[in-house]
Amino acid sequence: MTEPGLYHILTLSALLFCTGMYGFFTRRNLITLLMSVELMLNSVNLNLVAFDRYVWPEKTEGLFFSLFIIAVAAAEAALAIAIIIHLYRTHKSIDVQEAEELKY
Amino acid sequence: MTDFFLLLKNELGLCVLLLFLLVMKISGRDNASFLLPAMQWLLLFNFVFSLLFNSGGRLFGGMFDTSPLLAFQKAILNLALYLSSLLFESWLRKSAHLAEFFLLTLSSLLGFFLLISSAHFLMFYLSLELATLPVAALAGFAPMEKRSSEAAMKMILSAAFSSAVLLFGISLIYGLAGTLYFKEVPAALKEHPLTWLAVLFLIAAFAFKLSVVPFHLWTADVYEGAPASVSSYLSVISKGAVAFVFVSALHKIFVPLKGQIQPVLLGLTLITILIGNLFALRQQNIKRFLAFSSITQAGYILFAISSLKAESFTPVIYFIIIYIFSNLAAWSVASVMSSSAGKENQHDYAGLYYRNRFLAVALVLSLVSLAGIPPAAGFFGKWFLILQGASAAKGIITVFVALNLILSLYYYLKWIWVVFQNTNAGSDTITPTRMEKTGLILCVAGILLIGFWGDLYRYIVELVKPF
Repeated sequence: MTEPGLYHILTLSALLFCTGMYGFFTRRNLITLLMSVELMLNSVNLNLVAFDRYVWPEKTEGLFFSLFIIAVAAAEAALAIAIIIHLYRTHKSIDVQEAEELKY
Repeated sequence: MTDFFLLLKNELGLCVLLLFLLVMKISGRDNASFLLPAMQWLLLFNFVFSLLFNSGGRLFGGMFDTSPLLAFQKAILNLALYLSSLLFESWLRKSAHLAEFFLLTLSSLLGFFLLISSAHFLMFYLSLELATLPVAALAGFAPMEKRSSEAAMKMILSAAFSSAVLLFGISLIYGLAGTLYFKEVPAALKEHPLTWLAVLFLIAAFAFKLSVVPFHLWTADVYEGAPASVSSYLSVISKGAVAFVFVSALHKIFVPLKGQIQPVLLGLTLITILIGNLFALRQQNIKRFLAFSSITQAGYILFAISSLKAESFTPVIYFIIIYIFSNLAAWSVASVMSSSAGKENQHDYAGLYYRNRFLAVALVLSLVSLAGIPPAAGFFGKWFLILQGASAAKGIITVFVALNLILSLYYYLKWIWVVFQNTNAGSDTITPTRMEKTGLILCVAGILLIGFWGDLYRYIVELVKPF
């Protein structure tokens, strides 16, 4: 059994990113859509930290970038949840299929 | 120390306005009759101020980069915000949350200013989020309206998705280059399949913000659902700023990959123009129609950008100035019509000329300019865009783009025809306020005069030269 290396982590993060993207395109519940986007953002964090650790060990930009991503993602989620609650008030549902006032 | 204030003066000006709004909000003086004229004057001062004392330099360890050219771009955006504070006066007056509206728009504009000046990917990402998130909140600004909350939902989800895609691209670039400074990235980029993937991801993120075709699906829905003032902000200021940033990013970061990027951009241009035109043909709602029209205009901008030369800055800036006047006038008429009578469909515009000549003439001139018919400035804007694109693209592609211009005449002229139709569709009076009239007169003057003001074009050429 070898130590997990850069390629293992990159594969994991690519898989996470694809899972998030798949979820974003197929799910119908708005909260789940939001969770899918968070999954994609976390895969980016994983990428940055792995590059920092394995490829550029003398630099710290990746670490700081991932900290900023976590903070901004929290702000984004707060706004998105506020908007979803507002949508629930007007539509009485958080299903994407119910929100269909605007089409073509 | 004076350097710091001079280089950051546009951003600091916006911060002062934001503080002013906060103080007014806290002290309870946020009634429209006081705050709206105050904001209009302050935005005018802000615009005039942004034309003066422009210089270049770097700040914050090279993360912030400014030059007279970038300052001029910021001045253009300031002008657009000033005009929209005039043009949407009746909607703003009715709104119960005037202070919040300006707080959110100004913070978004601050984000765009920092985005234009950013020279580091961290700065770039943070300012992009600062620019996008307030707009999502603004899209849901019409209280308890089903369409508005739906528009806000679509806006925030597509923004979050596109920023995730952008970040994945940035993380790959960091892994390959080991630096996030725009200056150092091109030298450090190696020939590697991952480079190509990273660049594609970055282009996709830009395409989302510019609403270029495979990534345009949110555009029409958000534009229709959001209040007209917010949609016009998205289609004029946001699109203009992202176009500026896209040109400079292509120029600064992706220099070594020019050969591979150009076919991608040309492909995006062609489908954007074609699909935008085809969908605009069938729109009955004026906001959706303007949305697809703005998608098509983004296609023409992209055609000029695809030449991948520094000179492509000139026609893009020139076109955006003209586009501000013509598009804001059209959105303003749409806003007056929808807020005074709740009318947004094509048949509601029948015989507008016989009900309100002023609005009808403004709408017709703006559509003529958007279509690119000669006396109006839009013609000159499109002319330079297509010349720039044609300098690098094959002849057949240029012909295709020009043919699409003819196709677009059909739907613009159809709306103009409807305005002059002699029917007795409605007898209700539609009256724009005095400020709205002033704004519309400014826009019409811009549409008619800018095309003949050659010094402006020469001035932009001079600004772009050292870039």
